[in-house]
Amino acid sequence: MENEINIAATTDAGAATVTPEKVIDIANLTIGFDNVPVLRDFSVQLFEKENLVILGKSGSGKSVLIKCIVRLLNPDSGTIHVLGENVNELNDRNLAELRKKIGFLFQSGALYDSMTIRENLEFPLRRIKKGLSRKQIDEKIIEALENVGLSDTLHKMPSELSGGMRKRASLARTIVVDPMIMLYDEPTTGLDPVTSDEISSLINEVQKKYNTSSIIITHDIECARATADRMIMLNEGEVYLEGTIGEFESSRDEMIQSFFKMKNVNSHSNE
Amino acid sequence: MKITKTDIKNRIKLPKVKKHAIKLSENVIQKTQKANRFFLAVGEFNLFFWLTTKATFSRHFEFKEFLRQCFLVGNKTLPLITITGLVIGLVLTIQSRPILAEFGATSLLPGMIALSIVREMGPVVTALICAGKIGSGMGAELGSMRVSEQIDAMEVSSINPIRFLVVPRVLAATFMIPILVLYADALGILGSWAGANIKGDVTFVLFFTQAFSALGFIDLLPAVVKTFFFGAAIGFIGCFKGYTAGRGTESVGKAANESVVLASLFVIVIDLIAVQITDML
Repeated sequence: MENEINIAATTDAGAATVTPEKVIDIANLTIGFDNVPVLRDFSVQLFEKENLVILGKSGSGKSVLIKCIVRLLNPDSGTIHVLGENVNELNDRNLAELRKKIGFLFQSGALYDSMTIRENLEFPLRRIKKGLSRKQIDEKIIEALENVGLSDTLHKMPSELSGGMRKRASLARTIVVDPMIMLYDEPTTGLDPVTSDEISSLINEVQKKYNTSSIIITHDIECARATADRMIMLNEGEVYLEGTIGEFESSRDEMIQSFFKMKNVNSHSNE
Repeated sequence: MKITKTDIKNRIKLPKVKKHAIKLSENVIQKTQKANRFFLAVGEFNLFFWLTTKATFSRHFEFKEFLRQCFLVGNKTLPLITITGLVIGLVLTIQSRPILAEFGATSLLPGMIALSIVREMGPVVTALICAGKIGSGMGAELGSMRVSEQIDAMEVSSINPIRFLVVPRVLAATFMIPILVLYADALGILGSWAGANIKGDVTFVLFFTQAFSALGFIDLLPAVVKTFFFGAAIGFIGCFKGYTAGRGTESVGKAANESVVLASLFVIVIDLIAVQITDML
């Protein structure tokens, strides 16, 4: 996967190169809480149909970053352009329109616990894709659930599902509205290695099937290996290293090495 | 240079002055931060009120969710209101009867009980029970939705959480609490009839005829009108506290607790205002 980096994709003719479109462009983003900076002068771009993995220790500002992208948090300074729109300058209506194009998978899944799985999917679908008939809605819900392997959970409550199933149901709720961009916040956290692998495969399948561009926030090296086209390591709110998984693995930097070593030990012990 | 006694005294005093100055500035900073937090909370409350009002009168009304919340509000509190209503009437009668009997005015009992229940006891007690039951429920429910990122999930899905979560709950409380109050009033009078029959023998028809003949439109109307405000305050405060809950699980309990305290306080303040206005009429 690391050989397929889309920074500059070659055309069929091979002579000219086409720079892929920037889907997200973050420039000099700074944000902090209670005078403690979380992200400092952070800049990054996400290109079309690219899977960008952002790695980092807990508290390094990874989740804060994607929350700024959908304006759940407002940055102190810097700009965030999503699909050409400056997120911080959008009014409520335009922000809502932009958010319809973004899928966000929360760390906890964030399924609505008073609704069945079917209702969880129907709830955003009815409001985002207005004008769909009952039959079309049913078809879309079943298709999304089949894509994540949960077609038999239609009438179950979230509390009846396991952690992995809840994550997959949450992913189904996100993809049912056909987003252009996917933001994954720690998609494999708290899951066993087998379920983590399933989620990583699902991320790749979603990208292929829905042609999405994704930012995957994780500290799971196996998930990063399976999904990353490009990786960024965050440390104390700044980009510590940017490159492919190969570049990361061959890095002689002590922190990167210790991060990978620790993760490898963890993954072996899990096995 | 010659050093005088005053110079020495000043030099000795200086560290003390500095200490006091530091303590004073720390106090000032603390007080300023407290004031800042207070004004921020007031601002947040006003903003939430404005957003809720705006969403209430918007085109997209979540009618199905409103009906569900109405059912929940009624269903949650009905058994409690039933027992409380009956007990209020019963207790009031048992307490008042001996005093009225001393003056030979037992015949005034049904009217007096009906007036005190309809005007004050019924609305206030029902509202306080609802503040405890509904207010805390809303605070805890929305608080846990905030903690588990369900509200954030709605926002990123372009669904207005205030329109879906807050407006139906506030309106359900606003419209259901007056109904619950009327129900509690009726049961209170029924309980009073039961109380009157413990030591006496009054027929149901006679008791109710006397009770209702003491009640006028001017007694019923302000009492019912103020319950709409009680309901709105309970629903709004419960939702506000839950919606603005912090991130940890501790904040869910805190939101529920603060909802009850603040909603009860609002009920009493609204009652005071309502009584003053009624008195002027």
